[in-house]
Amino acid sequence: MDLSSINPVLLVASIMVSATPILLAAIGEMVVERAGVLNLGVEGMMITGAVVGFAVAINTGNPALGFAAAALASAVLSLSFGVLTQLLLSNQVATGLGLTLVGLGLSSLIGKPYEGMKSPTLPKLDMGFLSDLPVVGRMLFSHDLMVYLSLALVIVVWAVLKYTRIGLILRAVGENHDAAHALGYKVVRIRMMAIFFGGACAGLGGAYLSLVRVPQWTEGMTAGAGWIALAIVVFASWRAGRVAIGAYLFGGVTVLQLNLQAAGAAVPVALLSASPYLMTILVLVFISARGAHGAPASLGRPFHASA
Amino acid sequence: MIHLEKRPQPSQVWTVITPVLAVILTMIVGGMMFAALGKPPLEAIRTIFWDPLFHPQFAGYSRPQLLVKAGPLILIAIGLSVGFRAGIWNIGAEGQYIMGAICGAGASLALYPSDSILLFPMMVIAGALGGWAWSMIPAILKTKFGTNEILVSLMLVYVAESILASVSSGLLRNPDGMGFPGSRNFQQWDAAANKELIANTGMHWGVVFALIAVIAAYVLFARHIRGFQIRLSGEAPRAARFAGVNPNRIVIFCLGTAGALAGLAGLFEVTGPAGQISIDFNSGYGFTAIIVAFLGRLHPVGILLAGLLMALTYIGGELAQLMLGVPGASIQLFQGMLLFFLLATDVFTNYRIRFGQGAA
Repeated sequence: MDLSSINPVLLVASIMVSATPILLAAIGEMVVERAGVLNLGVEGMMITGAVVGFAVAINTGNPALGFAAAALASAVLSLSFGVLTQLLLSNQVATGLGLTLVGLGLSSLIGKPYEGMKSPTLPKLDMGFLSDLPVVGRMLFSHDLMVYLSLALVIVVWAVLKYTRIGLILRAVGENHDAAHALGYKVVRIRMMAIFFGGACAGLGGAYLSLVRVPQWTEGMTAGAGWIALAIVVFASWRAGRVAIGAYLFGGVTVLQLNLQAAGAAVPVALLSASPYLMTILVLVFISARGAHGAPASLGRPFHASA
Repeated sequence: MIHLEKRPQPSQVWTVITPVLAVILTMIVGGMMFAALGKPPLEAIRTIFWDPLFHPQFAGYSRPQLLVKAGPLILIAIGLSVGFRAGIWNIGAEGQYIMGAICGAGASLALYPSDSILLFPMMVIAGALGGWAWSMIPAILKTKFGTNEILVSLMLVYVAESILASVSSGLLRNPDGMGFPGSRNFQQWDAAANKELIANTGMHWGVVFALIAVIAAYVLFARHIRGFQIRLSGEAPRAARFAGVNPNRIVIFCLGTAGALAGLAGLFEVTGPAGQISIDFNSGYGFTAIIVAFLGRLHPVGILLAGLLMALTYIGGELAQLMLGVPGASIQLFQGMLLFFLLATDVFTNYRIRFGQGAA
């Protein structure tokens, strides 16, 4: 094994790239869950975003339009989950699974003609002297816009949840929907908006995979990223800052195992390629052994305003 | 103004009507989808749901396929339904299916070229144990640490897939296979093959076990105290605790049953229709079985019917691909839509729709 072939500067840079899609999806899902809704369809929304973003970027030649279309498509798809769980009061776990299955089918149907194509990708930002810094410039300040947007989104979500009235209402709905309803808040409407937001974020994350990270369309390309995003929300105890830490941790594991595979480490390839998933399980065990802290009290419970 | 009024008891009538309604809605929306793809909608629907059974030319081939495909779906879905009834969401049946196949196949390949009549029964046991062991991981983590079984069981699917990739090109690779990945072919090894039991029916051991599982599950839920405890834990967890039901035992039992049945399905698939361990012998039955379980209303007899219907969409889908050039992925979407419509129409089972002012 030749560990010296792994360049630490490139390693950190690629960790940031590989963490971004999971971070986007996870922060969206966190908002949904803080509103008291468990949407297990992240994987389906992500892959729909991936294929729609890719298709639009190829047809228009504009990756930014691809991202916008991906966010919109996944958000609209997530509304079907919203209608089912919020208006028709279906089981959230089952509906989330259904959303994933629908998303996987829909994406491979749309994506068939785009297999093997190469899409225009996002340009790297040039941040003047920051990008020219030795080592740190390559590591942190020479990425594309979405990497920084995703981090900004974490800060915005954190600030909105903590300091604004909207954030307070959202949390109230998630903690105790009956009390929030008694206070006159439109529980269903607020949850629908949260679901819409979560869908848009998952779509962006998916599009980042197909437009920047890979960048190609292959069937089933999310390979569990949506599920890992769900696990990260648990890991993060439903807090924005910790979601970012979790996403970067998993980005790190993913990149590291790829690098070790390339360097020919004396570890079985099967173990290496399974490591992000094993790591997820390990982290979940660790978190749950400590006791579940911070889960919104109304998470996953259906709300029905009895007249 | 329309509003919903919760029924004191789920409606018996609607429980039966909703799956049928969901199928009809799926046919309508699916037809629109085929039309959008530029395929004749009525012909496509007929090719999927009618031709596999009654087409003069193809039915002879596709009718036996019905049991071949329905066997594993029913077997896995029965196991899943036991857990779903208790509110235990094992969605990693695909992984348990793969591990069952690897364990069963591995146990026999270690004894190659034995022709003992005990070989196949031993493989069946090894397959069930493999799936069971794989499902014990989320079960034990849930009972010991309270870890979420949904995420763990799903993550283990990806782990199982990478183990499958590894053994099919390493440990279990056919030594006479000239370096190609994939194990020995079980169909050419009589003692280990899961043969068709009655010629041209598609009936194999997996189907037999599926039928036994349906009956056993029916007895479990209708006559056995454990079945009652499972339902109680799902519908009223607190009441179950007061009644002295040990929730950990329920978790172990439900996940273990699901794992063992999925493992069996994997073994019968790999020794029968698939023929060998290869990197992609698994065809997503573990996920489709989730739809089967729900479509069958988590009821054994319902699952039997739902499994046959879902098998029909697989075969009909292949036929439609062949005859009309319908993309294969559209069948997957079709199956997903079915689950969606079922969940949507389920509102009629649990709620009454009231028109007018909601004062009542």
